[in-house]
Formats: sequence, C-alpha cells, structure tokens
Amino acid sequence: MLDVKSRWTPYWQAAPLAFVFFVFFVLPLAITFMVSFWTYTGYSITPAFVADNYVTAFDKCFASLPDLCTTFRTYLSTLKFCLMVWLITLVLGFTIAYYLVFEIKSPTTRIVLALLTTIPFWTSNVIRMISWIPLLGRNGLINQALMNAGITSQPVDWLLYSSFSVTLSLVHINTVFMIVPILNSMSRIDKSLIEAAYDNGAGAWQTIWNVIIPLSKTGIAIGSIFVITVVMGDFISIGLMGGQQIASAGKVIETQITALQFPIAAANAIVLLAVVLMIVWTLLRFVDIRKEL
Amino acid sequence: MTESRSRTFYVLSAIFALYVLFLYGPTITILVLSFQGPSGGMTFPMNGVSLHWFHNLWAGIGVPNVVDALVNSLKLGIVVTIITVVISILAGYAFRRRFRGQDTLFFTAIASLILPSIVVSLGIALEFQLFNQTITGFGDSLVDNYVDIENPTGWTNFLGFIGTSIQDNFQTLMGLFSSGLGAHLTWTLPFGLLIMFAVFNRFNPAYEEAARDLGASPWQTFRFVVLPMILPSLVGVALFGFTLSWDEIARSSQAVGSANTLPLTLRGLTTTVTTPVIYALGTVTTAVSFAVIGTAIATLLIVQARRRRHGSDAGRGV
Repeated sequence: MLDVKSRWTPYWQAAPLAFVFFVFFVLPLAITFMVSFWTYTGYSITPAFVADNYVTAFDKCFASLPDLCTTFRTYLSTLKFCLMVWLITLVLGFTIAYYLVFEIKSPTTRIVLALLTTIPFWTSNVIRMISWIPLLGRNGLINQALMNAGITSQPVDWLLYSSFSVTLSLVHINTVFMIVPILNSMSRIDKSLIEAAYDNGAGAWQTIWNVIIPLSKTGIAIGSIFVITVVMGDFISIGLMGGQQIASAGKVIETQITALQFPIAAANAIVLLAVVLMIVWTLLRFVDIRKEL
Repeated sequence: MTESRSRTFYVLSAIFALYVLFLYGPTITILVLSFQGPSGGMTFPMNGVSLHWFHNLWAGIGVPNVVDALVNSLKLGIVVTIITVVISILAGYAFRRRFRGQDTLFFTAIASLILPSIVVSLGIALEFQLFNQTITGFGDSLVDNYVDIENPTGWTNFLGFIGTSIQDNFQTLMGLFSSGLGAHLTWTLPFGLLIMFAVFNRFNPAYEEAARDLGASPWQTFRFVVLPMILPSLVGVALFGFTLSWDEIARSSQAVGSANTLPLTLRGLTTTVTTPVIYALGTVTTAVSFAVIGTAIATLLIVQARRRRHGSDAGRGV
C-alpha cells in the first residue's frame, strides 16, 4: 500500500473500460448532438449550425395544437406501450418474485426456478418474437382452436401484427428485467418483519402493501427503469410484431437512417434521449440506487 | 401453516407454471415446427417429420449468406466474450480502490446499459461516417497537392502515393470488428462490471494479505488465490458476454457495416421467407444459446463439486 507505484494501479486497470466507453458511447453521443445541428446532402453530412432538423422533427407541432402532430402522436403511442408493458411486467414480476421468495422454502428449488425464468433472457429475442407467428397468425394455433370451438367463424386478425402482439412480445421479453431486481430486494427482507406484521394482526394484503412493497422499492424502481427505457427506445419488437405498420420513437429514427437523413435522425435521437433521461431522473427520485451495490 | 397460506401457495404456483409456459411455449412451438415435413407449412398441423428444412438451411436455398452470418456472429461473440471478461476483471480490481473519476465511470456504464440502443447505434454509425469522411478528405487533399505537380521530390511522391492509395483502396473503417465490436461491448461490459462489483463486495482481502505474507508476487496472488475464488463469477461474465453478443440486434443494426450478424439476417428473413426454414434457423440459433448456457451451468457445478471434494482440509488432520 505504501509504495508510490501502487497509487496509479487503479488508473491503468480502469483504463480499458474507460477507453471503450469513451470511444463507443460518450463520443458517439457527443457526435450525435453535434450532427443534429448539421445539414446533409444525398450522400454526405456537412458541418453547419442550423436548427432545421429540430424544426423538421417538430414540424407544425405547436402551431396545430390542440391537434397532435405526427411526432407527438408517435411519442404518445410509444408512451402508451410503455405504460401498458410497465404495468403488466410490474404486477407479473412482483408476483413471481414474491412466490419465489416467500412461498418456496428450499433454497435449491428457489435457485432452479429463478434460473428457469432467466434462461430465455440468454436466448435470441428475434427468435422469441418469430415464435409467436405459428401461434397468433391467421392460421395459427389460437385461431384454429377458436374456430374449432365455434367461438368465431372467421380467423381473428388482430392477434398478430397489431398493438396486441407488440405488447405481448414486449411483456414476454422484458418481464425478466422486473423479476431479477425485485427478487434481489425481496430476498434481503428480514423474515421476522413479516412475522411481526402477522403477529400484530396484519392480513396478507396489508403485509404486502405496508411491509413488502416499501422494502422492495429499490428493486421495483430498478426494474421499472429497465423496462421503461427498453420500451421507449424499442424499434425491433414494434417493427417485427407490429408488421412494420406501428410507429414508435425508435422506429422513426431507424426509418430516417435508412433514408440517409442522418442529421434529422440525430435530432430525433437527442429528443428521445431527453425524454428517456427525464423519465429515469423522475424514477431515481424514488430511490438511491447506489445503496444497492 | 394456516390453510389460507397453502391456498395462496397453490394459486401462485399455478400462476408461476402459466408464466413458464408463456415463456417457453412459443419457442418450443418453433422447435417442433422446424422438423416439419417437406410439404408442411409455417403452422400446424405437422405434415410428417423430417430434417428437410435443416438440409435446406445448410444448402443456403432461399437464405443467402446465412452461413456467413452464423460464422460472423460466432466469431464476434467469442471476441466479445474474451474482451468482456478481461476488461471486467481489470475494472473490478480498479473499483476496489478509490480513484478520481470512478463515479463518472460508473454512471457512464449504467447510462450505457439503459440509454436507447438505437441512439447508441446511430451515434457509432455517425462517428465512423465522420472518420471515413476525414480519411477520404485527407486522401483527396494529398492527391490534389502532391500528384502531377511541378518539381516533385521523393517526399511529395510518397505523399501523393499515400493519397492515391487511400483513394483507390479505402472504403470504410466500419466493420464487424471495429464499430460492431464496440457496439456490443457497450452492451456487455456494464453487465460484466456489475457482476464484478457483486464479487468484490463480498471478497475478503485477508486471503490476498495471507498470500502476500507468504511471499506470493501480485501475479501469483491473482493466479493461485483470487482467480480460483472468483472463477464461477467469471463463468457468469463469459455467459453474459457471449449470449448478449450472439443475440444482439438493436445496437448492431446501424453499426456493423456491410457484414450481417445472425439476428439481423433473421430479422430480414421474417419479411421474405415464408417456409419453415426460418424455424430451422431459429432452432439452430437457440441450440447454440442452450449449448453455451448448459456449458456455463455444468462448469459451475463441476467447480462446486471440486470445491466440496478438495476445498477444505479442515478437521482432516492434514
């Protein structure tokens, strides 16, 4: 500890990590911000300092209020997906974490079951989306079952390539992000607190509401940040499961990149970034994440 | 326990079982459908059982470059895994001590984890486009200034040669192992770092002090004391590194240049291919994921078993 050389050790040890994040994360974000003020021709981008791209992004948005412009409608629809997916994954994730922590007594069983819920996270999301097609399609299993049961005479169309399938797939992929942090918070709860609540006459719901939820707050906040930021920026699930017909904040950017309108895409990316950061900042007010580490 | 509690248990067990079915059911469906007979379609009923679509996949029929994409993803995944493990260990060590800027570095890692992938991907694409424009511009200016000029010298010829070489040969810096690798690392390194945090928060420095007191060099302390103790967690970091890279699509989407990774190819195929060959590809991809997950879990179990056998000689009178 005393020799002079060791003072610098943490710096070179952290250097590779810092280098990667600087070159592939910080610098790209700075460049995106810069390019959002540039102009472009068909094949290249040129330095300038114009607000045109932001004007294009919010074309007629404020003049036409209270009617919503395309950008506002896109963000509203993205936020709606966020809210839906957040609510469903929260209830589902909380229930499953609760089951694993408080209802499963054997640690081995708990680990195996927890692993069972996380394994799909390590497999391909695209395949997990594609795998809904034989179930939800016009001739899919669900429509076959519905028609055989005589519930409908014609295949139901809204099962696939719809808001329904987008929500379903986002829940399918992202519930794990709720389960893991909530499970982590919950398993640190001292069991004697639960017994104390029961001994003092609290019912099951009262215990959940007044003891378990407040003590799982950090996990809930971390899970919420994950799910909300993923859905806010999503363009893969919304594209694939929405049949490329549903707009989202992320998809707008993707479309503009494909059209080589890089400065406009950059402006939209900065707007999306600002919205996401605002949401994260709000959520962080509920919780001190550093206490968790 | 009381009766109402056991009822809760059964209700929650049923919910859990349904969730697991929801989680695995669709994937199992396409695993089954990928063995569809040659005349079978994209959905049930099964029209016989065959390996037809796997042969089809291997022959590349209707699926151009799919084998290339598979090889690309494998190579990139292995490189990402190795780099993620090494950088995570080093950074984990660094964060055990105080250093200036450590909070900034930590929050940058968290930001990299949660900011929208499309923004990161676009940023990397723009960055490399600027690099490319700079290099091309440099080449052009060399050619303008030093090719076909009056009074050429050896030096101006050399600069002119560099200029023409850039013009003739340079296309892009973007690629699988430059921008693509970087994009994947921004996604895998935060996970690696968080795992290392969890490891070193629980690590007792007394073991290292003991090793030092017994005369071990820093490298020996790491190799023979720390490494065996943190090995299971490193397997975890490697598992995250490979599987996250193997499945990555959002950050790769704008940042891999002309080469395609497997998830990108798969996404493209969903709009063009209407035969079960896409399910066969899905089965192959998932099989690779499961092989990696299985290897990781098996390694952990073996390490644990060895520890139980060799780990402690306490009470044996050795």
